[in-house]
Amino acid sequence: MSKVPADLKYTKSHEWVRALADGTVEVGITDHAQHALGDLVFVEVPEAGRAVKAGEPCAVVESVKAASDVYAPLAGEVTGGNGRLGGEPQVVNSDPYGEGWLMRLKPAAGALSGAALLTAAQYQRVLEAEGG
Amino acid sequence: MGRRTALFKLHQELGARMVDFGGWDMPVQYSSQIGEHHAVRRAAGVFDVSHMCIVDLKGAKVRALLEQLLANDVTKLKTPGRALYSCMLNERGGVIDDLIVYYLAESSFRAVVNASTRDKDLLWIRRHAEPLGVEVAERTDLAMLAIQGPEARAKAAQLLEGPGAAAALALGAFTARGLDGWFVARTGYTGEDGFEMMMPAADAVPAWRRLNSLGVASCGLGARDTLRLEAGMNLYGNDMDETTHPFESGLGWTVALEPRERAFIGREALGAIGRARLARQLVGLVLEGRGVLRSHQRVLLPGGGEGEITSGTFSPTLERSIALARIPAGGVDAVQVDIRGKLLAARVVKPPFVRFGKSLIG
Repeated sequence: MSKVPADLKYTKSHEWVRALADGTVEVGITDHAQHALGDLVFVEVPEAGRAVKAGEPCAVVESVKAASDVYAPLAGEVTGGNGRLGGEPQVVNSDPYGEGWLMRLKPAAGALSGAALLTAAQYQRVLEAEGG
Repeated sequence: MGRRTALFKLHQELGARMVDFGGWDMPVQYSSQIGEHHAVRRAAGVFDVSHMCIVDLKGAKVRALLEQLLANDVTKLKTPGRALYSCMLNERGGVIDDLIVYYLAESSFRAVVNASTRDKDLLWIRRHAEPLGVEVAERTDLAMLAIQGPEARAKAAQLLEGPGAAAALALGAFTARGLDGWFVARTGYTGEDGFEMMMPAADAVPAWRRLNSLGVASCGLGARDTLRLEAGMNLYGNDMDETTHPFESGLGWTVALEPRERAFIGREALGAIGRARLARQLVGLVLEGRGVLRSHQRVLLPGGGEGEITSGTFSPTLERSIALARIPAGGVDAVQVDIRGKLLAARVVKPPFVRFGKSLIG
């Protein structure tokens, strides 16, 4: 059973979003996603300063098996990517909601409240519908 | 739902993730694909390869049939138990399949062909076997396990016990023999030593459990793919198919054009290709920086010209990405690969990349 922490928001494409105290958000992929991908061997995160639209592919996670896009859960500007993942992509497998975060975003005005993000309970239902 | 091997329920019990492979429900991994890969390079792992198609060929003219069907020369098989790797070609020299054929007795051979090509292979073999009166029997009653790794033979000997163990340990590379209703071959698809064992389906589950209890890791098709690619072995459908011939697939060494009177199917087409300049070649690539090479990525040559990756992956042993690629013929030692629009540098090498656990890439 995949972990779905109650204090995070989610997308149907298996990203999670954590609101930080400074008004930015942290983004990663869910436990379900890392498990489905298997051992990660390469992660490409966006550079600081890049403007992203909601739903835009902005990072790539590659397992031994396949490459997958990670989509921006909301519009904003990238404030930084997780540099540690360059040398240690497996951290996304071992700690997807913590040390394995992918990027931080400064949401565009109104983007956080306006984004169609899922609660933990709603995301849990998405997983159940997918048979996970 | 796909076809299931005798081990299907055990795979589920062991927590395997199942995928469709050539119409079969097969385990792609149990816990960690990289962990399973290392188990085979460093100790021993067991794979369910029962989806592969075992075909017994019997009849007085079975050698004549194989001389016609195979690009490699079965007259090399002089001692019962010897195995031969070969391509089976169409009239244009394209590869219908690659297979291993075992010489059992003068009128009895066994071939193991790919699961994904089973139907067309059987049609092709039967079409040529019928006029020669050779009987073609698919052995769906057998399961097949591959036990691979530096400790594989010792572990298999513990599984077999007694006189069977000594007989199996005495097998030379690329030879096989029957043992109490099992067929044990010192062959594989990983670049490590080990056995492929064919057995009555009912024996498969107890054999697997016993191997697990001896410390042999359950390994899925995911690890099998990274192991075979490190070992520089082609995968049918990726690295060659009916539109490519053996010379442009790194398999020229398996084509026996001599003696000249050999008249196998595809020979005329290959003879013409042999006389002309080879247009394309299959090479190994090692990515210089970070990233992962994947099949169908574009390969750009320094002097112009383009090729394509046929198989690519992350190599757990080398901790970098490797690939097989078909590129225009000619000496080239560096190329660029288009990965999502970025051109990344890769070195051209001669496969294999890894053999018996050791890197062959300087």
